[in-house]
Amino acid sequence: MQIDKNTVKKIALLSRLELDEKESELYSSQLAAILSYIDKLNEIDTKDVLPTSHVLSTLKNVFRKDSLKSSLDAADALSNAPSKEGDFFKVPQVIEGK
Amino acid sequence: MENLYSLTAHELKKKIDSEGLAPSGILDSLIKRIESVDKKIKAFVSLNKGASVLSKERRGKLYGIPVLVKDNICVKGEETTCASRILKGFKPPYDATVIKRLKDEGAVLIGKSNMDEFAFGSSCETSCYGPTRNPWDTDRIPGGSSGGSAAAVASDQTILALGSDTGGSIRQPASLCGVVGLKPTYGRVSRYGLIAFASSLDQIGPITKDVTDTALVMNVIAGYDEMDSTCVDMPVPDYTKSLVKDVKGLRIGVPKEYFIEGIDTEVEAGVRGSIDLLRDLGARIVEITLPHTQYAVSTYYIVAPAEASSNLARFDGVQYGFRAQDAKDLVDMYIKTRSKGFGNEAKRRILLGTYCLCAGYYDAYYLKAQKVRTKIKEDFDKAFKLCDLIATPTTPTPAFRIGEKTLDPLSMYLSDIFTISANLAGLPAISIPCGFSKNSLPIGLHMLAKPFDEETLLRAAYTFEQNTDYHKRKPGL
Amino acid sequence: MKRLYEAVIGLEVHLQLETETKAFCGCSTEFGKSPNSHTCPVCLGFPGSLPVLNEKAFLYSIKVALALNCKIQDTIKFDRKNYYYPDLPKNFQISQFDMPLSYDGFVDVISGGREAGKRVHIKRVHLEEDAGKLIHPSCASYSLVDFNRAGMPLLEIVTEPDINSPEEAYNYLTALKSILQYLRVSDCNMEKGSLRCDANISIRKAGEKELGVKVEVKNMNSFRWVREALSFEIGRQTSLAEAGERIIQETRLWDAQKFVTVSMRSKEEAHDYRYFPEPDLVPFIVDKNIIEDIRKALPELPDARADRFVKDYGLSEYDARVLTGQVDLADYFEECARIYANKKTLANWINGDIAAQMNARNVNILSLGIEPKDLAELLKMIDDQSISGKIAKDVLAEMIETKKRAGEIVSSKGLSQISDKGEIEKTVLDVLAKNERSVSDYKGGKKTAITFLVGQVMKQTRGKANPAMVNDMLKKHLGE
Repeated sequence: MQIDKNTVKKIALLSRLELDEKESELYSSQLAAILSYIDKLNEIDTKDVLPTSHVLSTLKNVFRKDSLKSSLDAADALSNAPSKEGDFFKVPQVIEGK
Repeated sequence: MENLYSLTAHELKKKIDSEGLAPSGILDSLIKRIESVDKKIKAFVSLNKGASVLSKERRGKLYGIPVLVKDNICVKGEETTCASRILKGFKPPYDATVIKRLKDEGAVLIGKSNMDEFAFGSSCETSCYGPTRNPWDTDRIPGGSSGGSAAAVASDQTILALGSDTGGSIRQPASLCGVVGLKPTYGRVSRYGLIAFASSLDQIGPITKDVTDTALVMNVIAGYDEMDSTCVDMPVPDYTKSLVKDVKGLRIGVPKEYFIEGIDTEVEAGVRGSIDLLRDLGARIVEITLPHTQYAVSTYYIVAPAEASSNLARFDGVQYGFRAQDAKDLVDMYIKTRSKGFGNEAKRRILLGTYCLCAGYYDAYYLKAQKVRTKIKEDFDKAFKLCDLIATPTTPTPAFRIGEKTLDPLSMYLSDIFTISANLAGLPAISIPCGFSKNSLPIGLHMLAKPFDEETLLRAAYTFEQNTDYHKRKPGL
Repeated sequence: MKRLYEAVIGLEVHLQLETETKAFCGCSTEFGKSPNSHTCPVCLGFPGSLPVLNEKAFLYSIKVALALNCKIQDTIKFDRKNYYYPDLPKNFQISQFDMPLSYDGFVDVISGGREAGKRVHIKRVHLEEDAGKLIHPSCASYSLVDFNRAGMPLLEIVTEPDINSPEEAYNYLTALKSILQYLRVSDCNMEKGSLRCDANISIRKAGEKELGVKVEVKNMNSFRWVREALSFEIGRQTSLAEAGERIIQETRLWDAQKFVTVSMRSKEEAHDYRYFPEPDLVPFIVDKNIIEDIRKALPELPDARADRFVKDYGLSEYDARVLTGQVDLADYFEECARIYANKKTLANWINGDIAAQMNARNVNILSLGIEPKDLAELLKMIDDQSISGKIAKDVLAEMIETKKRAGEIVSSKGLSQISDKGEIEKTVLDVLAKNERSVSDYKGGKKTAITFLVGQVMKQTRGKANPAMVNDMLKKHLGE
C-alpha cells in the first residue's frame, strides 16, 4: 500500500497535527516502510476468521449499578485547566456546528 | 553495615518486622543512593524525598517498602506526564487503583520513573526528559518503555517498581537491565489510572530485584476492580505460595520460531543454556510451534497505534496539560498544542494509527490485524495443550547503544519481536535474568503461561532463580 | 396544484435516559446544576480513567427497543466515534456502530383514525454518551465548556426514510414521545434537551425510486419547529429542483426567528469518524429470558390503551386517543373512572375544562393539583344537581387556585343550586313582571325570547337556579 505526502497531510489534519514539508516527507517515507512491512499480513488467509478485539473471550456483560458516587469538586475538575472562567473550561470561540 | 538500598523487599520486610527497622531508614538510604547515582542513570523524573507510609491504621503487606512508579500511572496530586511535554504540569485528581492498593498496604511512593513518551518505544529515548541509561553500560539504552523503572531497580535506586507493558515494556527493559519483570494476564491487574497507550494490550506489572518480590507486589496489585470493565472478577491466589523450588514434570515448550535469523548468538546460547538447566531440574522440554509468530509485529503495529491514536486524542489543551498560546482559532489551538506537545515517535504512531482506522483502510489494516490476532491467540491455545509454559529469549539482542536505532523506527519496532505476542494473546509473561554477554550485558529468559496462570510462571522463575545467581550480580556504578 | 415532487424524510431522535447516574460513571444526571459540579475523571475523560456501563441505562434501552418493536442484537458492542470537538472530553464518543443494541422495528402512527395510519420503520436504536455543553458569551471571542451533561446516557432512535410529509413527521414524533413517556425512561422534555430531533430530508420526482441528495436539518427545539423546518426545506429544495439547480448535501440549521433553514458553512474537512470497537468495554449478550421478561413487563402502550378506553368506557375514538396520548393523563382518567361512573362526562371534562386549565397555566395534569377524588366530587355535584354545570367550571378554577375541595367552595360561597320550587317560582314571576315585552314577544310566536327570560332568572339567582326547573317554570307561567 502506498502512502504519499498528501495522504500523510490528510491524516495529520484528521489527527490535529501539523507537519512541515520536511516532516511530511520523513513521515511518509517512514510510514511507507512500516506499512510495507505490515503488508506481510496479506500472506494469511483470514476469510473465515473472527476478529479479536478482546482477548478475554469469556468476559461479557460487565455492568455498574445505577448508584451515585461522589463527583469531583468543580475546583478539582478545573485545577489542571490551562484556561478557565468561573467554573467553566475556556476555549477559543467555537463556531457552532461541526 | 550493609546498604539498605541494595536489599530486596522481602529482606527489608524481615528487618522491619523482626529488627524494628524504621521505614525512614530505608528511605534515607535510598535517597543518598539516588543522589549519588541517578545523575548517571536518569531513571527518575520526580523524586519525593518527603515520602512516607500513608496508611496509619495498620501495617500493610508492603509496609515501609519504597516503590517507584512509572510516569504513566496516576498518583493523586503528583505530576504525571507520561514523559510528554503535552502533559507537563498535569496533577491527576485521583489515584490509579494500583496506587490506592499500594498506599493501603503501606508502600512508600518515592517518585515517578522515566519512560518512552506515552510508552511509545523500546529504549527510553523518546522521553521529553531525555534518555535513561543502562546501569550496566551507560552508553546503552535501558530498554523501554519502562526503562526508568528497570534501570532504577537494577541500580538499587528503588526497592520495587511498577511498569506497564503493552508490547514488552516491562519485560524488555527488565531483561536488558538484568532484573525481574512480570506482565500479568490481561485483566489480572486493574488498568484504572494507567494512562492508556493501547487499551486492549496494556497491563501494569512489577519490576523487581527477584522473583519473591514480584510475588509480593502481585499480592497487592492483582484483583478485581469495579472501575475497570476488563478487570476480571476471579479470586487472587497468594502468589508467595508459588515460590516453590520445583519444576519436576513441568512441560516447557520451546517454539522453534523464536530461534531464527537476527538473534544474537550470546542471547541464544544464554537462553538455551537456561532451558537446559530447567530440564536438568526436572522439567520436560517440548518442541512446539507458534506458526504466526512472524506476523506478530505487523499485527501489533496496527492494533497498538490505532488504539493509541484514539486514546491520545484527548490531549488537546482544553482540560489539562499544555496549551499552545498563539492559536488563531479552536482548530488552530488543537493543532498547535498537539504539534508542539507530542514528540516525533508519538506523532508517528498517531499518524500510523489514524491511517489504519480511516474509512478506506480499516478493513485492510485494523480488521485484518484483529483477525490475525485471533490466529496468534489460537497458536497459543494449541501450544498450551502440549506444555505448561513457553520459554523464549526476551529480546533478540542485549542492550543496544543510545541513538543506534532512533533513525530507523522499523528496526526499533522489531526489537519487541519476542514480547509482543504475549500482549496480543493476553498471556502472563515474565523476564528473569539468565546470563550475561561477554560485555557484561544482561540476558533475559522469557517465559509465558496460560491466562491467569501466573503461579506456574512464578514457580518456574523461582526455581530457576534459586539455582542461579544472575539476579544477585550488580552493575558497577 | 399537482405535486411533482415528494419528500423523503428520516428522523433521528436523541433521548436522554432518566437514570440516577451517567452512562459510564457514578456522577449524577441532575439537570441545571452549577457548571462542572457533576463531573469525575471518567466523564471528564481524564487520562487513565475507564468507562463501566450503567446497567439501568442498558436495560432502559432494551425496554425502549422492545416497545418500538425492534430486534435485540445477539452480541451488542460499543464503538468509538472519533472527532475533535471541545464538548467531547475524550475527543471520541462512546457510541455504537455496526452492532447496535437493536434494529429493525416500527412505530404505527395513527392519527385521524386507523385507516389513515402509517407504519414508520425504525432502523436502529442504540446507546451512546451525551456530550458536554458549550456556552458562547455574547460579544466574547471565546466559548465556555460545562461537562455536567457529558456522559449522560443517550438513546439514538433512527427511522428509515419512511416519512413523506412534515405532518407525518410531526405525528410520528408525537406518537414516539407518547410511547417513550409510557415507558417512564425519560422526561422527554425538549426544552431541557432531554429529547432532541434531527431530520434528513431529500426530494424526488413522485414515483421515482432513487433517493435525492440528502440534507440534514438540526436545531429544531420543538415538534412544531420540525414541522415548519421540513416544510421550508421541501419548498426550498423543490424550487431549486424546478429551477434546475443542484441541491447540495449539507447540514442546515433551523432559524426559528426567521422561519428558514440556513446552511452551516462547513469549512472543515470531510468527516471520517474512524469507528472501531471500544476496547475499554466488553461485549454485551443479553439472555433471551431477560429480553422476554422485559417484554412481558412492558406497560400497555398508547394504541392498546386507546382501544381499551373505547371498548371498556364507551368513549369515542377521538376522546380515547386524546386521553391516552399522555400517560399521566390516561392514568388520571382511569383513577377518576374508578370512583366516578359517568365515563363520557369524565372524558368531556378532562379533555375540555381540565385540558383548558392545563393549557392556560402551561402545566401537566400532575402539577395542576386536582386529585381524582376531588374531580369526582365536583362532577357528582353536577349530577345530583347541587350545582349547575356552568357554576362547576368556576368552582374548578377556584379549586386549582385555592387547593380547596369543591364542596367547601360551594358551601362557603353559597353556590348551591336553587332547586326549591317556591323560590324559583318567586323569581320567575318577578322576571315575567319586569319583562313584559319579552313575554309578549314569546306569546306572539317568537319562541326564542324564552332564552332571554331564562338568562334573567339566572342573573337574579347569580347562576344558582336549576336551569331545567327555570325552563319548566317559565313555560308553565307563559301558558304552555
